[in-house]
Amino acid sequence: MRMEEDKLLVRKIKNGSVIDHIKAGNGLKVLDILKITPDNTAVVMLNVQSKRFGKKDIVKIENKELNNFEINKIAILAPNATLNIIKDWKVVDKKKIMMPKIVEGILKCPNSNCITNYEPVKTRFCVEERGLRCWYCERIFRVNEVI
Amino acid sequence: MDDLISIRDLKREDVELILNTADEMEIALRSGKINTEMRGRVLANLFFEPSTRTRFSFETAMLKLGGSVIGFDDPKITSIEKGETLSDTIKTVEKYCDLIVIRHPKEGAPRLAASVSSKPVINAGDGSNQHPTQALLDLYAIKKLKGKIKNLNIALLGDLRHARVMKSLIYCLAMFDANLILISPMGLEIEKEMVQEVKEKFNNEIFQTNDIYAGLRMADVLYVCRLQKERFSDPYEAKKLENAYKVTPDLLKQAKDDLIILHSLPRLGELDRRIDDTKHAKYFDQIQFGVPVRMAIIHQMMR
Ligand SMILES: [Zn+2]
Repeated sequence: MRMEEDKLLVRKIKNGSVIDHIKAGNGLKVLDILKITPDNTAVVMLNVQSKRFGKKDIVKIENKELNNFEINKIAILAPNATLNIIKDWKVVDKKKIMMPKIVEGILKCPNSNCITNYEPVKTRFCVEERGLRCWYCERIFRVNEVI
Repeated sequence: MDDLISIRDLKREDVELILNTADEMEIALRSGKINTEMRGRVLANLFFEPSTRTRFSFETAMLKLGGSVIGFDDPKITSIEKGETLSDTIKTVEKYCDLIVIRHPKEGAPRLAASVSSKPVINAGDGSNQHPTQALLDLYAIKKLKGKIKNLNIALLGDLRHARVMKSLIYCLAMFDANLILISPMGLEIEKEMVQEVKEKFNNEIFQTNDIYAGLRMADVLYVCRLQKERFSDPYEAKKLENAYKVTPDLLKQAKDDLIILHSLPRLGELDRRIDDTKHAKYFDQIQFGVPVRMAIIHQMMR
């Protein structure tokens, strides 16, 4: 991260969050999840060269700490991403974002005939190898279908 | 077993236990022995979608076990019509009964019911998702009529995309090492995901085809389901597929001599009535297994 920073087009941030190692192509979707308000300045870097991953995306947001809801949602979209918390120009915390086994209450079931789209109930998806399975209607969806 | 919502929740031992119990129930029924194990217990039949066989056979099963049955098969006459949520209906009904049987047009409704109910819940069919008790009775029927399931070539023919029983059935036939032949007209194939899942999980052969002749030739069992018209968002699409598959006496000339034909019924045009009198037709015999199998399910859930 630090080495690349020198070569990047974008300056460092003083306080905020940096989501690194997002699979190339998903950066804008991650930004979308974060619902940027007028108080946050954000920047998305696409197709950044990375030693480990080939190409990756990075999202930087100033003056924002991510809540669990947002972290979980990012985890589905960008498993293996890392979250850096920046305070006073320094990385004070670095977390690996892990794909959860069960995703509760975050996603909407894309199956229009699923009971969760008719009843006031928290959705629930189980993360399986091939995708996310709705615990209610049992259909399996690819990540880009549910986000 | 707390609830019976999906075949996916069952292990092979669970299924075996139900089949063996069904055997005992069938023997007892035939001998005329009176069973009263459910005396004083009440089963609630909540049918948000019409049914003949499933509802009656649950009712008969409970009565044969000495219990009583309440319920509805027309939600229009209940508070549901006034906009009551399913959760509220279940939380109310569970106070009146010991066991809930639910059929619902929305997929996942029985799972939701089970999650809010303190009483056991049985799924009697949810949308295009699952129909586990029908699959269990079909499994039992095949075992009874053919003597085994393992290594049989079992062809499933019809609207595999929408028929919930097929989704439950594929799963439990694979669990018992049947060779599966999936035959459906173009556009009515079962979801790829389901085939992948079953292959990976049970590691057995699945042959898929749109050609009814190719699929039928090797089959020991032919299981047919009707076109699930009510699951089409566009009635015109359903209309176009109305005559897309039909089992006729002519077709059966290609079949093995000891082929048996099953059907979850009701039928539309997919079974020519001329085959009813052939030795292959077993779909009316199949019905009789509904009661002992559902007695076994009730027995296992109320233990
Ligand atoms: Zn769903």
